[in-house]
Amino acid sequence: MSTNGGGPLIAVRHVKKYFPIRKGLLQREVARVHAVDDVSFEVQEGETLGLVGESGCGKSTLGRTIVRLLEPTAGEIVFRGQEIENFGARRLRPLRREMQMVFQDPYASLNPRKRVGTIIGDPLKIHGIGDRASRKAQVEELLETVGLSPEHYNRFPHEFSGGQRQRIGIARALALRPKLIVADEPVSALDVSIQSQMLNLLEDLQNEFHLTYIFVAHDLAVVRHVSDRIAVMYLGKLVELSPAEELYQRPIMPYTEALLSAVPIPDPDLARKRKRIVLEGDVPSPINPPSGCRFHPRCRYATQVCSEIEPPLVDYGAGHLAACHHPLNVDAATLASVQAAPESPAAADAAALPHDSAGESDPVGTGSSS
Amino acid sequence: MLTFLVRRIIGAILVMAAVTFIVFVIFIVVPGGDPAERIAGKNANPQNIINIRHDWKFDKPFYEQYWVMLDKMFTGTLVSYTSQQNVVSQIVQGMPATFSLTIGAGIIWLFFGIMVGVISAVRAGRWSDRLITVLALIGISLPVFWLGIVCRYYLAEGGWLTIFPDGEYTGITQSPLQWFYHLILPWLVLAVLFIGFYGRVLRGNMLDTINEDYVRTARAKGLPQRSILIRHVLRTSLIPIVTLFGLDFASVLGGGAILTETVFDLHGVGQYAAQSINNFDLPPIMGVTLYGAFFITIFSVFVDLFYAYLDPRIRPT
Amino acid sequence: MSERLLEVKDLGVDFTTEDGVVHAVDGVSFELDRGKVLGIVGESGSGKSVTAMTIMGLTRDINARFRGEVSYQGRNLLEISDTEMQNFRGNEIGMIFQDPMTSLNPVYRIGEQIAEAIRAHEHVDKQNAHKRAVELLRQVGIPNPESRVDDFPHQFSGGMRQRAMIAMALSCNPAILIADEPTTALDVTIQAQIVELISKLKDDFNSAVIMITHDLGVVADIADEIAVMYAGRIVERGPTRELFYDPQHPYTWGLLGSIPRLDRAKQERLHSITGAPPSLIQLPQGCKFRPRCPHAFEKCKEEPALENRVETPGHLDRCWLDVETKRSLRDATISGDQTEAA
Repeated sequence: MSTNGGGPLIAVRHVKKYFPIRKGLLQREVARVHAVDDVSFEVQEGETLGLVGESGCGKSTLGRTIVRLLEPTAGEIVFRGQEIENFGARRLRPLRREMQMVFQDPYASLNPRKRVGTIIGDPLKIHGIGDRASRKAQVEELLETVGLSPEHYNRFPHEFSGGQRQRIGIARALALRPKLIVADEPVSALDVSIQSQMLNLLEDLQNEFHLTYIFVAHDLAVVRHVSDRIAVMYLGKLVELSPAEELYQRPIMPYTEALLSAVPIPDPDLARKRKRIVLEGDVPSPINPPSGCRFHPRCRYATQVCSEIEPPLVDYGAGHLAACHHPLNVDAATLASVQAAPESPAAADAAALPHDSAGESDPVGTGSSS
Repeated sequence: MLTFLVRRIIGAILVMAAVTFIVFVIFIVVPGGDPAERIAGKNANPQNIINIRHDWKFDKPFYEQYWVMLDKMFTGTLVSYTSQQNVVSQIVQGMPATFSLTIGAGIIWLFFGIMVGVISAVRAGRWSDRLITVLALIGISLPVFWLGIVCRYYLAEGGWLTIFPDGEYTGITQSPLQWFYHLILPWLVLAVLFIGFYGRVLRGNMLDTINEDYVRTARAKGLPQRSILIRHVLRTSLIPIVTLFGLDFASVLGGGAILTETVFDLHGVGQYAAQSINNFDLPPIMGVTLYGAFFITIFSVFVDLFYAYLDPRIRPT
Repeated sequence: MSERLLEVKDLGVDFTTEDGVVHAVDGVSFELDRGKVLGIVGESGSGKSVTAMTIMGLTRDINARFRGEVSYQGRNLLEISDTEMQNFRGNEIGMIFQDPMTSLNPVYRIGEQIAEAIRAHEHVDKQNAHKRAVELLRQVGIPNPESRVDDFPHQFSGGMRQRAMIAMALSCNPAILIADEPTTALDVTIQAQIVELISKLKDDFNSAVIMITHDLGVVADIADEIAVMYAGRIVERGPTRELFYDPQHPYTWGLLGSIPRLDRAKQERLHSITGAPPSLIQLPQGCKFRPRCPHAFEKCKEEPALENRVETPGHLDRCWLDVETKRSLRDATISGDQTEAA
């Protein structure tokens, strides 16, 4: 987990990604899906940033935009000092060696007609690395690295289990020795015992290859295990960003509190004891997000100001940012001295700083809030 | 909805304009002799041919000819090169036969196609399914003209029986019984191909649908087998069949059953098309092609609307 | 006081396939009383879904062979005719499945599908069935049920669809509700809503629930008794607290250790069970978990029976190790250590 003296590996600045909805005779844009709506953060080299949220929050879209599978509607993506948000296919090509993606569904993300060796070796071939023999050797080495046998070179994806296929996907992502890997829900589709194998593998690989991860997931317990810092998204907005442990001990934004409270805990007494905050209703549509703070219709602490003004992302110290008019777990002294962070969205009023705390909260119920 | 219809109508017009242009270009490009000579008929003297060429403007550049043709089409004065008859009236004359052939055959092939599909899906893997599959494949593979001629010979011309009339079409207003009698063989011959095909498609759809999660839910609800089959499996499996049917029906209606009509001498639009192609006669070819394009574009609009009605997830676009 | 609703005795299910005979379920036994929740926990291939589907008679097929007994109201559900089974399904035993999007027919309205379930078993006319559907939607917490009842499935969100599925399953007041991974495809906040809903409805309808899942966290909250399945067998079964605080089978320890937990300090490395589940066509000899068990010894070549080896009655397991050894080994295995047994 070293910090590179030369700045972050990747910086996302006020990135937006909207998808147009077209209707009518001339297919004019009538509305937009605000999938990602002004998100900013940095990731240092060697770090793992967890990106969590529920369906429709935009985390997958953001992940894809970062590796330039999608082009952002606005904002900057700075990779190793270069602004890549507008790069065309040609200029992106060499970058593809440095940024790779691992996908969620191990059954759908491997081409069923290609042999495993080809799937893993294709990236090498496309970038003209080595000759046939050396590529084969590299692929076999990669297979071993991810815990498969080199003999699997000639097999087809359907001959493998879900966990093994995910390993193949990881081997493919590693083939080009990238610096950054965006993993989009890499373990969600796997059984618990396979999940733990995969998480251990990802950790080992990070150490061995000095990788930086952006780990997109909806399972908070998994994310906590792998991440150094965690970013929580809701309806396209970044609502909280914090070092991992801090987030679990001291969630500031009520949505984070609710998310943590909803995570099942395999301990019957604790589960019964803890105060479960069950949110009402469903996540609203990203086509017409609520005004002000997007979480306000479902928030139990919401007041008038929450429906009118979008809260800025405020820095609560030690790298913990949150966007809320009535933050939790913050004492008066801290409240008095906070400022809006540079990551705060442009549309949020930077002067609308919170004045009161909504109180103390221990959503996990272990009696360990600050 | 309104924008959908407007867009589709504009699209249809553009399609038909493109059709006229493409047919015209093909006609110009493909070598086949001089229309002027053909119009002049046999033993014409060269001066006559030159006069005809001038009258019909064959000596003008092709875009002028195209314009003339379009003009004639819109004024309904398109006239055949060979027979000097008005194309539109010829088509109109052929329509009753074509319509009768299409509607009757369509009902038969839809009904039996669905029946075949359901039976072979329900009995998948058993010998009845295999038998039906073989028959369906035979049906698909038999060339229509061959089957038609064979039927005509054996069942109408005395090869075996003479219970069926030997071709020709009788209008329904003249004699409903005769009308029916003359159409039975053409209907069956035309339907055989489609029954086989539709049966196979439906069988495939149903076997896929049977494995869907919502069918499992239907079973878990305790619904009787028959109810599950019809309300859940068949209902969704039929949707693609509807699309197919709409377009197949449209193309046969538009004079696409060329071989069947010719073999049975029905003098419908299809047969007219066949003759015109044989004679390399541009105006009727143009007329028939447009006539067919019209039906297909109209029906494709219907099909899209109906599809959206059947599957509420789809909105017509 | 609790009425015994269901008794499964030594259930076995084999499927003949191209590749051989799949021994999906073997020797599964449990009981279910009214008002209770039984959690069946296992991973893919453990046989948990096959067990549930077999209780509903949904696995009946030319290629399926059944052994044992599934006793409901004195009848063995494995032996009754298909028509009789149809009467039980939906009526006495309701089932909901994992993916609510694909489990509802996309071309029929929600209300129609619920009414269909009602009219399959009761002589109710369309109007009344429709009214009942609206009421059921209200009971499962869908806002504006009068208008939502005419929506199509794709107009509902994931959580709402699952609620509609629950409404449909409970429409005929079944005595038993089987929920097969009902929350797996849903977001975590919606999961919590659904689990709470199932618990509440169980009380409202006075029924029993079999909750099938791979997530031990989900059952910790709601289940009275839990059965852990592996390779088609139950390897441990007991009251919920016993299972979590005094687990007796190495597989259970492995599962508990593999889950990253919010309530504990972060572990350096997650415990993981080496290897992969066995093929159900070629099962290993003796204890089925032996190839992956770090504590296997001589006796494991013989398959242990599911027996009560520990002091607490009703807590059964399939492991030859004696209880003392188990407890000391277990604490070493589950890193992050175990809380005291109650």
